[in-house]
Amino acid sequence: MPAPLRLKGISASAGYAEGPLHSLEQIGAGYSPSGLPNLERAALETAVGSAVERLAALIETSEGDAMEILEFQIAMLEDDALTGPAYATIAQGLAADEAWKHALNAEISGYENSDQEYFRARAADISDIRDRVLRALSSESGFAAPPGAILYGDDIAPTRFLETDWSKGGGIALMRGSTASHVAMLARARGIPMVVDLGCSDVAIAGIALLDAEHGGIVLAPSKLEIEEFRKFSSSFAVRQDKARSYLAQPAVTKLGTPVRVQINIADPSDVDAVDIANCDGVGLMRTEFLFGRASGLPDEETQYRAYAHVLDWAGEKPVTIRTVDAGGDKPIPGFTVEESNPFLGLRGIRLSLARPEIFRVQIRALLRAGVHGNLKVMFPMIALPEEYERACALFAEERAKLEASSIPHKMPPLGIMVEVPSVAIAPEGFANVAFFSIGSNDLTQYVMAAARDNGAVAALNAVRHPAVLRLISQVAAYGAANGIPVSLCGDAGGDPATIPALLGAGLRDLSVVPAQLAMAKAAIAEVSV
Amino acid sequence: MSATAEATVLITHEVGLHARPSVKFTKLAKTFSAQVEIALAASGPWFDAKSIVKVMAARAPKGTTLHLRATGDEAKEAVDALVDLVQRDFDEGADHARSA
Repeated sequence: MPAPLRLKGISASAGYAEGPLHSLEQIGAGYSPSGLPNLERAALETAVGSAVERLAALIETSEGDAMEILEFQIAMLEDDALTGPAYATIAQGLAADEAWKHALNAEISGYENSDQEYFRARAADISDIRDRVLRALSSESGFAAPPGAILYGDDIAPTRFLETDWSKGGGIALMRGSTASHVAMLARARGIPMVVDLGCSDVAIAGIALLDAEHGGIVLAPSKLEIEEFRKFSSSFAVRQDKARSYLAQPAVTKLGTPVRVQINIADPSDVDAVDIANCDGVGLMRTEFLFGRASGLPDEETQYRAYAHVLDWAGEKPVTIRTVDAGGDKPIPGFTVEESNPFLGLRGIRLSLARPEIFRVQIRALLRAGVHGNLKVMFPMIALPEEYERACALFAEERAKLEASSIPHKMPPLGIMVEVPSVAIAPEGFANVAFFSIGSNDLTQYVMAAARDNGAVAALNAVRHPAVLRLISQVAAYGAANGIPVSLCGDAGGDPATIPALLGAGLRDLSVVPAQLAMAKAAIAEVSV
Repeated sequence: MSATAEATVLITHEVGLHARPSVKFTKLAKTFSAQVEIALAASGPWFDAKSIVKVMAARAPKGTTLHLRATGDEAKEAVDALVDLVQRDFDEGADHARSA
């Protein structure tokens, strides 16, 4: 029995998880061969079959280029010419995973060595096919993440998070990672416990672990006493959450009776399906990056229109604020964003959209058409100059005229901006004509403090409660109030019970939080005397 | 009864006989019982037209003259249908140069 080991990290999404550790790094490493060729053949057949099923399920929700890529992968997997060599080496005694890797690697190197660029690029598709089957292979032999497992590794891809079944609990423990990464946001939105920055560990990590994502740590190979202590914390967290739940269905008011609007942040249209619209004041931020990051290829107008309309239909009369695509920074999108040495200070957000108007116009048309479904508001990310806002508005006007000319139903939404570049927060008077301000406290903080939000080493600097950041927030709130421009805040700070008093103190009365934090945020607001 | 058929057709598709066109090509080939093969030259090598792995392996870029041959039932129908598909540019629009 190895001695217990504690690793200290930073909580990225509060909660507790007790379960088996599952490595994120080793694809198929957990496969244990039977040594019998007929069983190995059956294992590979099953894995290929389930990979095809998986792809077929993905096709259901895809279209255009993405669907055709998936069809290509299925056609490859169903071709005996691809699987045949693997079955042949299995018959000679090789294990299913090794046989598959050898066969596919041979195919991949054929593509890599092509003198045509198009074929060299297909090597990535074949690698994807290879890994998909390897994952299915480990799963069929019981080595994929078991229900309730704690996924651990250096970092985790958003797609891996989305593919994981969280219905049985579980959590995420990362050696590096960041509290402000996309996965951290997803984890908070779904209430999945997650700890980052656990540091490098040479210990063999396996077996049962206790993930404390309230205080930020993990216990490996825990003793009986530690398990008991952990369960006490875990159940008290649940009690505290339950207590907050009584606030969920109530409108948010401070101790002095001041009403505060609480909206929700969503990253995917389906995020609203589990939320009762009666419990919030609308959608303060709907991200659109995940629409763009899917499978391969950018979303067409129809896909976007349906996603936006879905949320607007759900919200009824309440406002839905959709942010135009904020690609770049830590959110690269193949075929759209560019490689940069300093992406947070580069071509991201509205800068990228204005640089690629052909892509931006598709989103604009989808938004204008979706506008007829409800109370739509649209905002632009990363605005630094009034000219950027004017140019974006001009594109909206142009697309609107085209829709008008084609007699396609549409509605022009109020157009606002994110306040996240310090230039806007310092000199908001340049934006007297915008429809509304939405403070993006994550980015505003990282730019004011010069501390990248995806870097755990400078996490302490990334403090929204620093007087410099709070002063800018209160300045924007005051400017908005004096000039009749609504101001809200949609960063993570809005859902943090420890930060809510400072935000209300700075004059904000409109916060947007992830659905999982709605109750805790309302409970925290009720404690504030403003 | 057994028959044979042969034909050649010029590939005009922007990126050649690649991923998306290959899916359509092999799907169509599989609807015929005849054995169908393709090659980039009359002398071969010949590739199974029903296998996407083999069709992709042919690495046929734009401007290639594709050779087709079929034996067995509906050999002529198979070759005619596949030639027609290539001539229709695989039913893709003008935007087919986008990454596949």
